[in-house]
This record gives sequence, C-alpha cells and structure tokens, in this order.
Amino acid sequence: MRRYLWRRIGLGALTIVATTMLVHLALYLAPGDPIGYLLNGQPATPERIAALRAQYNLDEPFFTRYVSWITGVFQGDLGTSAAFNADVSTLIASRFQTTMYLVLISFVFISVFGLTLGILAGLHKGGIDSFSMATATILSSIPAFVGSFILINVFALQLGWFPAIGGGDGSLSSAISHMTLPAIALAFSAGAFVARTTRASIRVESASEHVVTATVRGIPRNKVVSRHIVRNALLPVISLGGLLFVGLIVSTAFVEQAFAINGIGGLLVVAARQQDFALVQAITLILVISFVVVNLAVDVLYWILDPRIRSEVA
Amino acid sequence: MSLVEIESFTLDVQVVEASARVIHEVSFKLEAGQSIGIVGESGSGKSLTLRAIAGLSPENSVVGGKISFQGEEVSAMDRERLMQYRSSQVAMIFQDPRSAINPVRKVGDFLTENVVTNLGWSKSDAKTKAIEVLTEVGISNPEKQLKAFPSELSGGMLQRVMIASNLLCQPDLLLADEPTTALDVTTQSSVMALIDQLRLSRGMAMIFVSHNLELATAVCDKILVMYAGRIVELLPAENLREKSRHPYTRALLDARPRLDGRQNRLNAIPGQPASGLEWTQGCTFAARCAFAQDICRSEVPVLRKIQESDVACHRADEIDWDVS
Repeated sequence: MRRYLWRRIGLGALTIVATTMLVHLALYLAPGDPIGYLLNGQPATPERIAALRAQYNLDEPFFTRYVSWITGVFQGDLGTSAAFNADVSTLIASRFQTTMYLVLISFVFISVFGLTLGILAGLHKGGIDSFSMATATILSSIPAFVGSFILINVFALQLGWFPAIGGGDGSLSSAISHMTLPAIALAFSAGAFVARTTRASIRVESASEHVVTATVRGIPRNKVVSRHIVRNALLPVISLGGLLFVGLIVSTAFVEQAFAINGIGGLLVVAARQQDFALVQAITLILVISFVVVNLAVDVLYWILDPRIRSEVA
Repeated sequence: MSLVEIESFTLDVQVVEASARVIHEVSFKLEAGQSIGIVGESGSGKSLTLRAIAGLSPENSVVGGKISFQGEEVSAMDRERLMQYRSSQVAMIFQDPRSAINPVRKVGDFLTENVVTNLGWSKSDAKTKAIEVLTEVGISNPEKQLKAFPSELSGGMLQRVMIASNLLCQPDLLLADEPTTALDVTTQSSVMALIDQLRLSRGMAMIFVSHNLELATAVCDKILVMYAGRIVELLPAENLREKSRHPYTRALLDARPRLDGRQNRLNAIPGQPASGLEWTQGCTFAARCAFAQDICRSEVPVLRKIQESDVACHRADEIDWDVS
C-alpha cells in the first residue's frame, strides 16, 4: 500500500509541475500583455512600462519566470494580481471557500440523485426504469445557466425559499441556504451522467454469474442486491465521481455568474480575459492540485474497495 | 419417490414478439445418491435444464411440465421455501469459478455467506467449519485463505473453494455445470476426482453437465444425451461406449480424438448443431443424420425402451452398430 501510495503521490507532483509549466508557457506565448490594463489610463512612457514590466516580472525569460513563480508558491507567495492590484492569495482564499461549498453541496446532490435514480433504474425494468432515465435525460439537457434562471425564478423569486443571489457570509448555515439552488443547477447534467453510468453498471453486475451463484445459494434478494450487485456496481461510479468533482470546480463559472456568487470560477474568467498572469497561474494551480488530490483519494478508495487492484499491484 | 423427478419439462423463451420453445418434453428421474451426466453440444439445453431444477429460469421464459424435488414441485414453492430449498438442499458448481465468485469479497465471506445468512450459524462456528471443509478439499493453510480475495487464488483453488462452500450446507443434490471446463487439464482431473469422492462419501446425488463424454461416463451412473432441447438417449453410463443406439450419441462418440493410433482428422458431425429454437417437422437430428429416412423427416421420434436404453430414434433397433 505504501509503495502504491508514494507512486501515486509522485505522479501527482509530476502532474502539477507539468501542468503549471504548460499554462505558464501558454500565457508566455499568448499575444499581448496586461501592460495596457496596468497603465490604467496613465501616459505610456517607456520608463513607466519598463517599471511595470519589472514589477510584475514580465521582462524575464520563460524559465526564470517559472522558477521564480514556483519558488514563490513554496514560500506561500502567489504573486500580485495585475487586474485587482491585490495579493493573489488573499483574492483566492475567500473565493476558494465559497466555491468549495458550492462544489461539495452540489456533489452531495449529484451523488444522492444520480445514485438513487441509477440504482432504481438498474434494478427494475419497465416503468421505473423508463421514468428514471427520462428524468435523467431531461435534466441533463438543461444547461447549468438555464437551470439557474429557472431555479431562481421558482424557488427564490416566486416561493422565496432560498436567497436569489450571493454566496453567504462564509458560515456553513448561510452557505447551505445560499448554495442550495446554485448547487442544484450545477448538479443537473453531472447527476444525470452518474445516473446513467450507475444504471449501466448495475445492469452489468446483475447479469454476472456471481449474482446467479448468490441467488442459487438462496441468499435473499435484498442481500444479493446490497452485497453483490450495488457494492460491485459502485466501483466504476467512484472513478467517474472523481472526474466529475474536478469538472464541477471549472463549471462553477456559469453558475457563479447566474447567482452572483464570488467564487473561483468567475475569478478565472476575469483573470484570463485580462491576462492576469499571476491570478490565472494561481487558479490553475488550485485546479490541478484539486485534480491530483481527488484522484489520489479515488485511488485510495479503490485500493480499499477493490481487492483486485491490490493483487495486481503486489 | 425419486429425489428429482422431471416430467415433460418445457421451456419457452420470448424472442422479440414471439415465443419459442427451446426445451421439449424433457423427462427423467434421479434417485437419491445417484448421478446423471447430461451431455450434448452447446445449445442443446443442458444448462437450462440443470438451472431449472434449482428454480432458475431465464427472464421472459415460461416453464412447463413438472420438476419435483422429493415429491415437491419446485415451481410451486413460495419465496421462502425456495430460498430454504436452494440454501440447504441443492448446491451448484459453475463452469468458471472466477466469474461465479464475487471478486470483491473475501473467500471466507463467500464460504460462510449461505450458512450465516440463511441457516443462522454463528460466525465463529461457520469459520471453524469453513476451515474444516477447506482442508477436506485439499486447500493448504485454510485460515490464511479465508482472508484472501478470489483474485489471489488460482482457478483450480477457487473451484475447490466453490466445492467447499457447497459442502457446508450438506445438500442432497449437487448440480455441476461443466465444473472443470474452465480449468487446465491437470487441475481438471484432480477437481473432478475430488467432486466424485466427496459426492460418494456423502451420498449426494449429482447432475453433471458436460461436453466431455469420458468424464461423464467416469463419474455418472447414467448418461442423458440431449440434442436441440430434447433427450435423444438415456442409458446406463457403462453402456455408452458399446451399447448406445442413437446416431447422434454415436456421432458424438465418434467425434472424440482417439488415444490409440494416429488420426489425421477428427470425425466431426456434419452440419451445424441445431438449437431447440429451430422448428423441424420430424427428428431434429435428421438433417445431420446419415441414417435419416422419410419417417425421420416427418415424425418426431419419442423415447422408447430398447434393452437398457431409452432412445428417441425411429431406426434405433434397425441400425447395427459395429462396435469394435
């Protein structure tokens, strides 16, 4: 287990370095720079431009820039945002928490809704199956931003159950009330995806021979379902869940816009548009780290849940 | 009263809109402690018949006729009785133990699941017994193996685990669905010897489904030959080689490789094996039979007694098989 874990961690670290370097390179190669924005209406004298370039490290070659950035990261310094003229770590910290709340709550909805529909549809044929899959199809075809407007209209404006906009004051209870609607909007398509995958996986597992074995040994149906069908069928869904989780962080951009939530997704859009190198880098770093961490968690879960992995590695 | 009595068992499966009969009027009896081998090509209905005895039939299928166990009709059992029947009276061994055992649960959980869940044994009792039966089926270091996962054991070992799991509940009937087909040849014989020995020592009856005629004659009292969902011949195992009368049985015997002397080509049965789905007017084997006459193509032959065999062939008593 330890060797397996270390190998995964090593691979993760490598992923982080390679990805941040790629993003760095992309920004370095992209035409234009944030000077125009930084000048902010001041006269564009060569001295002023040179001073700004030096201040934001824009005049150094690519590799030096990357090294000084990554050294900064290890010292907890993510640089200064050109667009906001503020410390990147401060900019990100509060927004990251907001986005994490949104993603986590959304993930709970996705799991509950996706797994329930998927398991029901997988175990029953006929009416329940058609109904569940129709629901999943309809929900998956609603884009997050459209879903957002419908939800705001019905549950915030008409019924007044939830606040329409904003991200709350940072406490968990206010986060839950503020994030429920955006989390649902975010959960639609991913939840439908989970439902479909779960259903397919349940079908495959139900038809497998070890289920026949359990049945022919007289194991009651409910135990066959829980021990032999659902337990096994969830394995592929777990790795899907890991991928979806990271995808959610990126997709928050739309929903944050619709609900006027100050989160990472919205910030990334602004940062990229204004070529705010430091900010884009920092957000990318966070996304990549989340990706690596979530995948590591999935690998560890697999290690625990699927003994076949263990004997393969050993 | 026989242990198992099958009377005019039929199975119809729903294919698209229509229903098609895949097993036609299968009847036979099995006495307690006796063993019957069901042989035939793929698609002849061997496994379907076997599974029906355990009350398993494919989805969208209709079972006809009567299958009784100790005089009790299996299809008339309610849920609870059926579970009790399956958990303590019949046991089944499958072709490929690797797919027949849940890969994500420990060997020990697999072994004891039935007795703990259904028969109410305590976990520690079940464990002690499990170690005993694992030793009995020739697995060394049984305590360690209980904690192993199926992927850590070889196919032969897993099949032994499968057999051991069936010994725990002391069933009266063992249903073996090609239990050695997926194993390699050397393992095959030791696993088969084990099944045979355990069966005899415990007085279990067995229905053994196989492609392997030699194996079936070696471990069974009677041989039942099926073709296209019908019984074509039922005879004492020791008679198979020299006294079988159905042209299909003969052709099967003839298709085996010979051990004495070199053979350039195996004698394959001409044509494709028919499945029970294929509707024919007369004998289903007529199209591939060297002895077919007009009557074979127009009338379905019924099983009739000729000496010690039951044969479904119009010409069974005319053909003079030269057995040498």
